[in-house]
Amino acid sequence: MTSTKKDPVIVVLQMSGGNDYLNTTIPYADGIYRDSRPVVGVPEDRVIKIDDHIGLHPEMAPVKELYDAGDMAIIHGVGYADSPRSHFRSMDIWHTCEPDKIGTEGWLGKVTRELDPNKENVLTAVSFGAALPRALALPGVPVACVDDLDNYGLLPGIANEQRNKILDRFARMYSPTIGTGAVMDYLGQTGLDTLEGADILKEAPKVYSSTVEYPDSTIAKKLKGIAQVHLANFGTRVFYCDHGSFDSHSNQVGMHDKLWKDVSEGIRAFFADLREHNASENVIMFLFSEFGRRVIDNGSGTDHGAGGVAFALGDQIKGGQYGEFPSMKPEHLEQGDVVPNIDFRGIYSTMVEDWFGLDANPIVNGNFEKLAYMK
Amino acid sequence: MSADIELMAHLMRRAGFGATREELEERVGVGYEATVEELLDPESQPEVDRWEIMRYQPWAFRSGTIQNFGSAEWLQAMIASKRPLQEKLALFWYMLIPTGVAKTDHYQNENRRIHEFKDIGMGKFEDILLATAKSPGMLFYLDNIENTATAVNENWGRELLELFSMGVGNYTEVDVREASRAFTGWTYDLMLPRGPVGRHDQDFTYKPELHDEGEKTFLGQTGNLNGDDIIRIILEQPATAQFLARHLYNFFVADEVQVPAWGVTPPRDEDAVEMLADALIETDYDIKHTLRVLFNSDFFKNARFEKIKNPAEIVVSTLRMVGGYEKPFPGLGDMSRQYGYMGQDLLNVPSVEGWHFGAEWINSGSLMRRINFTADMFGDASKPGVQNIVNRVKQGGKLSPEQLVDSCLDLMGPLDVTEASKTELVAYAQEAGDLDCSTDANCEVRITELLQLIVSLREFQYA
Repeated sequence: MTSTKKDPVIVVLQMSGGNDYLNTTIPYADGIYRDSRPVVGVPEDRVIKIDDHIGLHPEMAPVKELYDAGDMAIIHGVGYADSPRSHFRSMDIWHTCEPDKIGTEGWLGKVTRELDPNKENVLTAVSFGAALPRALALPGVPVACVDDLDNYGLLPGIANEQRNKILDRFARMYSPTIGTGAVMDYLGQTGLDTLEGADILKEAPKVYSSTVEYPDSTIAKKLKGIAQVHLANFGTRVFYCDHGSFDSHSNQVGMHDKLWKDVSEGIRAFFADLREHNASENVIMFLFSEFGRRVIDNGSGTDHGAGGVAFALGDQIKGGQYGEFPSMKPEHLEQGDVVPNIDFRGIYSTMVEDWFGLDANPIVNGNFEKLAYMK
Repeated sequence: MSADIELMAHLMRRAGFGATREELEERVGVGYEATVEELLDPESQPEVDRWEIMRYQPWAFRSGTIQNFGSAEWLQAMIASKRPLQEKLALFWYMLIPTGVAKTDHYQNENRRIHEFKDIGMGKFEDILLATAKSPGMLFYLDNIENTATAVNENWGRELLELFSMGVGNYTEVDVREASRAFTGWTYDLMLPRGPVGRHDQDFTYKPELHDEGEKTFLGQTGNLNGDDIIRIILEQPATAQFLARHLYNFFVADEVQVPAWGVTPPRDEDAVEMLADALIETDYDIKHTLRVLFNSDFFKNARFEKIKNPAEIVVSTLRMVGGYEKPFPGLGDMSRQYGYMGQDLLNVPSVEGWHFGAEWINSGSLMRRINFTADMFGDASKPGVQNIVNRVKQGGKLSPEQLVDSCLDLMGPLDVTEASKTELVAYAQEAGDLDCSTDANCEVRITELLQLIVSLREFQYA
């Protein structure tokens, strides 16, 4: 270990819509899988086998490289009891760790607050996507929400020279004015924070150079943006992005293939990029989806289910498989779905405590068994 | 004239979603009180044609679980409606008594509640609470479908008292329990067939076999009380009038402290809230009458720019002003995501407590969204409303920087800005000197850029 230990960073990649667990890490040797999935089942000769029971989806070859290098943990059977099988509700539960009531505080918002309690950095958390995910929502915690890094900032629609003039006026207009009241002051400070965050962020693509070619996909674009901000050393600790929709009720075969192709290639490029810059050792990535999908296909796709799969990747991850693949025997299913056997809050707890060194209980709302997937 | 325009603009920002200068001038011609009466009589104006939505945007019509279209029909109505107060009041009721797809996962039920608010929102509060108690969206959202004589679920009973009618401190835990018992058996039946995107329609039904027929005592009244008795008794409490009056004041007049603090912080204008509470009590909670009192009061007329616009107001008022969105348009679904990006995902409230309002709408992400959305719209001179503003500025002939700024501020509101902001705007305009559209080829761009700077002002965040 050197004395210049870098601050730990997390990148969360949310697979929105309900990723089909059984077609991601495929129990190819199980007869029930074949019998249950006459239409969407992946033929055994296409499966990328990782042991005698489980194989990866054929489009996951790029992340298989990370798995083979010992940098990828596959976590089986994740979820929580009594899946509501609703996208919105289930995603909320993953975001707020509140399965029994409607929560409003996001777990990563709380992590961000703990990492930067005095709000010294407006870029401690950066989200790539149109909307702020509830995982990052917490009153008083600033989060930069970036749609497109190359086009990020106030008034992107105005041509450059004129825009600079306008932003110059903007900064003056938002400067403190005496006697206009607390709300005007608050608006002013927020406007200046916004401008500051945007000013810093827009430098990221300018100082970036890499030989890594990212594929042409929306998720690769987001991951490239994350790499650019990370490599620019702005002190960002929490990154968030999402991809989807994985809601494969119909025509699943081509759709799910494309989704995993884009995600896998994007992840491979991302880690290659960080490694090229010697900047990967303090980054972990976490992939999850709000639920898995039904065991038996519906003749075209699969419907909402319960238990799913999560992944943790990075230099500091202890690669391998964690947890047991849940039984697909009919008598073990709940409403036709495999039952989760690992609580997602335990997976979070590992990251909160063993990666960030924070107390997990107030962040995940309870004590949950951790999983030893960190080095 | 100018004072009349300013007052009318204020009324239309609050009782609706703003108005173009042409509409304001027309309404000033009719007069303030007559305009209030027209707003209070939505049936005097044509309604938005729902079939048009169905024809052009069928997913918006029965949006099931599709987030992109969940609130699209409502957005279209808010933009196009000739009955702006009806739409605004639906927003008020929805924000006071919300349900959300995060739990219900059923946009049809959410939209059904909005239509109900439009139908009865200006009527009696009792009918609004009753309709709420019977709406499938609320029955599911607050678990009353699981509230039975043998297993009482207090979720609806509690929130009815705490959040929807009286506020904490005006009832006991026993009252919560007794109210909940009275609503046992209020549930819904599935209606067949299933909707195209996976959701059954549902309808209220009362199941006597699930109802607790025992004696109950609620707020001092004893009997075999049922749900409608509870609502009747709630309306007999002075606390209810105070609570609703303060909500009306907060939504239509001026931002209050957040609701959880109401028990300990008095209203910012106690006389005004008292006047509204009296109006409610005198008329058995007639909302139309109470709004008439409100809009004609001095406290309302004087409360200019005392509210931070909520995101729905930002989006709808912008689209109404720039024009061109009156018919179902391509991209309606994406447009209906905009207020969500700004922190108010309509029909998907974060919790039953509703959204925090006022300054809490603003954070660095939402402020950027608000400014960029509005600036994009006003930067496009091809939009008819923007073109109208540009043309009216041009009609002023040769303008000094100060005249140009005054003209734009006037046509965008009229807006009231601080001296410091005005100085910056004039200094900006000064950089390119006087504006003479007869010779300046760049004239249109200069005007729209100034409009963009104006919508970036802090002052523009206020309604």
